[in-house]
Amino acid sequence: MAFNRRQFLKVAGLSTALGLGGKGAFELLWPGEVGATELATRPRALHGKRWGMVIDTRKFKKPEDFEVCTKACHQAHNVPYIKTKRIEIKWIWSAYFFQAFTDQENAYLGETNEGQVLLLCNHCDKPPCVRVCPTKATFQREDGIVFMDFHRCIGCRFCMAACPYGSRSFNFGDPRKLNDQAINPKFPSNGDFPTRTKGVVEKCNFCAERLAQGLLPACVEASRKHGSGGLYFGDLADPNSEVRRALRQHFTIRRKPSLGTHPSVFYIV
Amino acid sequence: MKLYDAGKIIPGVIIFLLIFLYPLYSNIGGAAPVPKPLLPKPAVAKQCVLPTAEMKAQHMQLVDNWRNWVVRDGKRIWTSPDGRAFNMSLTNTCMRCHNDKEKFCDQCHNYLGVKPYCWDCHLDPKQKKEAK
Repeated sequence: MAFNRRQFLKVAGLSTALGLGGKGAFELLWPGEVGATELATRPRALHGKRWGMVIDTRKFKKPEDFEVCTKACHQAHNVPYIKTKRIEIKWIWSAYFFQAFTDQENAYLGETNEGQVLLLCNHCDKPPCVRVCPTKATFQREDGIVFMDFHRCIGCRFCMAACPYGSRSFNFGDPRKLNDQAINPKFPSNGDFPTRTKGVVEKCNFCAERLAQGLLPACVEASRKHGSGGLYFGDLADPNSEVRRALRQHFTIRRKPSLGTHPSVFYIV
Repeated sequence: MKLYDAGKIIPGVIIFLLIFLYPLYSNIGGAAPVPKPLLPKPAVAKQCVLPTAEMKAQHMQLVDNWRNWVVRDGKRIWTSPDGRAFNMSLTNTCMRCHNDKEKFCDQCHNYLGVKPYCWDCHLDPKQKKEAK
């Protein structure tokens, strides 16, 4: 029997259609989601529309007032302590007022200028780091927290260049294999929290993992328990929240407002 | 039919086959033993979050979904098809029962030559213990 071109094309077309519509091809191209189910947050979790913080710089007087906060944060999040400034990793730290508030150009601020202020990621409402991230590894959550997905970070450091506040640090080496340049006797310090790996950027996450358990951020809690208690945390969208009350009662400033990033961290000076 | 230069061709073919098939015959009988991941004792847990067969085939997709749901969606609680609620966490849920990485995870991963980078950041139970 002759099998001409017309017949061949018919059979070929039909088998292609069957192959594409077959079960195996269907499963390959459109796999079902494993374990798809109803998801929930923990019953005690704190919910907010835009988490924010107010820092009362007047209450931070002694170096210990700062240390209590930084230590609590860095222990809770397994942030290694690296002595070499060039490659240090920090989520929360302190600096001189004139270094942090470059918009407030005033040589006659005196004591204020020379004082230290507590600094951390501002969790901007319009975060420049999120705009530049090519992999969406850093993104803004619905509750306003600017969050890092370390799984996706490729270490390009665009976000570090974009952040005007120096809130981001890069892991130049494996934090678990730090050598003598690190003073790191007890790393990792928190068994419930992961470490990071070489080649990812990290920063403050506003203690999203603690909010999910109904706890306040580590720095706020530590400051209240052992320090000066100059930190207020809450939902900026809720007029009755602790932060909104503090904002009503005091005049506050934010870092570099002229850049239009709309930080969620406010300072009482 | 006459094969010219049979004296050269036949030994040549034999030598070629010997060299070419070396990886096959040299490994006969020397196959790596089938991995036997150590399952938790029934006293610890009788049933994983999904039936064993599904976990064997699909745990990587499940863990991948878990991480997306937790990190990107901020959801932490997952309910299994049989109605039990779990905190989606590798270190704090999976490895609470499967508490020996070398005897469980590494068994099949090494056998298959896959190197998941989970534990570059996430702590295994031994490291978790040391951290506390």
